[in-house]
This record gives sequence, structure tokens and C-alpha cells, in this order.
Amino acid sequence: MGSQPRSGPPHRREGGGGGGGKRQYSRRRKVCRFCVDKVDHIDYKDVRTLSHYIPERGKILPSRISGVCAPHQRRLMRAIKQARNIAFLPFASEA
Amino acid sequence: MRTYETIFILKPDLPEEDAGKFVTQMEGVVASTGGTLQKTDRMGRRRLAYKIQKYHEGEYVLLVSEAGPATVQEVERRLKVAEPVLKFITVRTDQALKRVAKKQRERMKRSARKKPKQSAQSAQSAESGASPA
Repeated sequence: MGSQPRSGPPHRREGGGGGGGKRQYSRRRKVCRFCVDKVDHIDYKDVRTLSHYIPERGKILPSRISGVCAPHQRRLMRAIKQARNIAFLPFASEA
Repeated sequence: MRTYETIFILKPDLPEEDAGKFVTQMEGVVASTGGTLQKTDRMGRRRLAYKIQKYHEGEYVLLVSEAGPATVQEVERRLKVAEPVLKFITVRTDQALKRVAKKQRERMKRSARKKPKQSAQSAQSAESGASPA
């Protein structure tokens, strides 16, 4: 997810002295992957899926970054914690 | 009756026959306490995400059973005292499965209701898109 599509360059106001205006660009709205794929159940054994939401350090990726909706984030959280318990995922990776 | 999934990790240096024996023993425990086994899956050797009792690998075994609480109690007690078991977890799955089934049913219903309308709309938009070009 390297490129973040922005709708055009930030609009600059003509005239008026210094800068300091708010940059105006609309970030694309994030959508919940699980809602798009219509995933009902997040399985703790499915390490491939879960690992998308585990950054280097081993923490759970916050939904404000991943865009996962609240109901799915709750299920994701449970699945990750169960997976940690059975050593599918690390509690914390040294780094 | 409820559905439970039990995963346990066996020591990687356990001989194959002993592992097989242990798994059949656990299956026997499920059966003898009034549960019915649905699936046994030897998931094979996997790297552990963190080391447990100085082991970096483990052999995962999954048991899916339809059973009451007495079975779970007994199986967990056995796993706790068994020497070759590194770690185990039991998860109740029937509620989740029920929820999933319900959601899918709802979705089917909705899509069945929506479809005729949606296809008509898409046909319309295709027409209007085609006419100016």
C-alpha cells in the first residue's frame, strides 16, 4: 500500500501573504478488508490472514491505521490473542 | 452438546510412534467421556513463534469434537499432566459457527431480494453510458 491516491495537488490560495493555510487534500477513505471480502469468522488458526495485522514488533495493528471496522477489529483481536497463546504468533518479537 | 477445538503442541523430539500413540490415546479419552470426535488433524511440525521449554519447534495436533464440559475437563487435565505436551488451547466454536451460518443465510436472502433490481439498474446505467459515446 505504498501509493496513496490523492485527489490533485493541495490547492494554494492566490494572493494573501504568508502560508499557514490548511493543506487541502482528501485522503481516500479506508475500507475494512473483512467487510469487503465478507469474512464472517476470523479464525485464529489462519496465520496468513492474521499476520497482515501484526507489524514487526508483534503488536496488534490499530484499526485507525488498518481501517478495519470495529466489529471486525474485536474479532481480529480475539483471534490474534488466541493465536499467540498457542505460539502461532509472537507476544513480542525482539527488535 | 457443544463443539470444541483443542490444539496441543507435542515436543518435536518425540518419536513418531509415541506421538501417534498419544494422539489415539487422547481420541480415546474424548470417546470414553461421552464426546464424539469430528476430526483429528496432525498439522505437522511448525516453528513456534516463541520458545517453549527451550524448544523452537513443535508438532501441532488439532482435535475437533462434539462434547460436553466433562470431556473438556478430562482432556485438559490429561494434557496438563502429559509429559510430551508443550502447550494446549481449547476453544468453543459452536456459537461462532452458528453466528456465521446465520449471517450467510441473511446475506443469501438479501442478495436474492436485491438482485433483480440491481441488474436492472446496471443495465440502465450501461445504456446511458453507451448512448453519448
